[in-house]
Amino acid sequence: MLKKRIIPCLDIKDGRTVKGINFVDIKDAGDPIELAKNYVEQGADELVFLDITATIENRSTLIELVQRIAKEINIPFTVGGGINSVEDVAKLIEAGADKVSVNSSAVKRPELITEISNQFGSQCVVVAIDTKCINEEWKVFVQGGRTLTPLKTVEWAKQVEQLGAGEILLTSMNNDGTKAGFAIDITNEVSAAVNIPVIASGGAGSKEHFKNVFEQTQATGGLAASIFHYGEIPIPDLKEYLKEQKLAIR
Amino acid sequence: MSKKIVIIDYGMGNHFSIQKKMNRLGYNALVTNDAKLISNAEKIILPGVGHFGKAMENLHQLNLVETLNKEVLQKKKPILGICLGMQLMATSSEEGGTKGLNWIDAVVKKFSITDQLKYKVPHTGWNQIKRIKNSKLLNGLTDSPEFYFVHSYYFNCKNNVDALCSTNYESEFISAIEHENVFGVQFHPEKSHDTGMQLLKNFIEL
Repeated sequence: MLKKRIIPCLDIKDGRTVKGINFVDIKDAGDPIELAKNYVEQGADELVFLDITATIENRSTLIELVQRIAKEINIPFTVGGGINSVEDVAKLIEAGADKVSVNSSAVKRPELITEISNQFGSQCVVVAIDTKCINEEWKVFVQGGRTLTPLKTVEWAKQVEQLGAGEILLTSMNNDGTKAGFAIDITNEVSAAVNIPVIASGGAGSKEHFKNVFEQTQATGGLAASIFHYGEIPIPDLKEYLKEQKLAIR
Repeated sequence: MSKKIVIIDYGMGNHFSIQKKMNRLGYNALVTNDAKLISNAEKIILPGVGHFGKAMENLHQLNLVETLNKEVLQKKKPILGICLGMQLMATSSEEGGTKGLNWIDAVVKKFSITDQLKYKVPHTGWNQIKRIKNSKLLNGLTDSPEFYFVHSYYFNCKNNVDALCSTNYESEFISAIEHENVFGVQFHPEKSHDTGMQLLKNFIEL
């Protein structure tokens, strides 16, 4: 049986790991390689690295980091942040990334999803969707959650599947940083609407939150950052708990 | 150590990861598409992610089909296909309607899922493999070890005797094959933590 994935996310700025609280404040949580190796040993199923600097002058730093990650860890990892073209993707894949995630650039130019998918296969294209509920309607945000778009979340999710995305990373901005639980409603809606895997993100604060999202939605992975970074929930404890709850866990 | 291992470079991704894992196991592996170097190798790894049709096109363009046929079919050199690399060993694929290397009598098919709510495609993540027959490739692994998968197409063997392992994703599909010197795994050992490292080590030490 396919296992539900526990996915720590590492936000990277200038080669260091950070975590935004509600996408604004940033705290330093250490060296990405050390943190990543630690997660792998603890039983993380996959890792996501999001480069939140993504300025042109720092792109080469990111490529070097990706090479080091590929050398040091032996589980799959996704790299995202500032990817605007097939050329950007090629550099990351050559450096050893398994998947790339695109967000704002895909909203701006949806064909990018198809271009990457055609060149490298849909399995390497993760479309990250940042969403927020406004007037009882879930809408898509871009630019690190700063800019509202007219896109409705479920419609956009269906569209990215059609365009060739292999996976959706769905972050609820209402929940992110709150530690009050994943957004069950929108995660359920999106994961039922598409036939590609959906990773739930934003709001994890307890082991029960992972249980809830896996039991009440079709999400096949749960992503979190700060609770893992600061050791609030050790991954082995989380996985043991989920196994006791009869969930399929590695 | 001096085992000569080559990883075939035909522009279809992830050889870097595999090479690094070989280094970690204490072996040097050459990433190449040079016929002479492939001819000198003791073991061949055929990696690959992406589109079947494009992969075959690249192999033809680099004149690798002939080279590989010679090494694998005539010289009987052990070869391990990983993910798309395994699928290429089949007769043909539904992906692009293309002919494969035809080392194994098999057709590569797209997953046909009934319960689409529960079973998403690509089949992405960690899943168990079950042994269909015994093999040195599985030495030191548990009865149902877990590996990382990411694929939308699966390998459908005509002859059950070629099937090495199966995996359940709504129904059973063949997740590893073995036919004489030809080995293939649908999953990614290079991404499957210690279990994957053990399998790669087994292949090198065959």
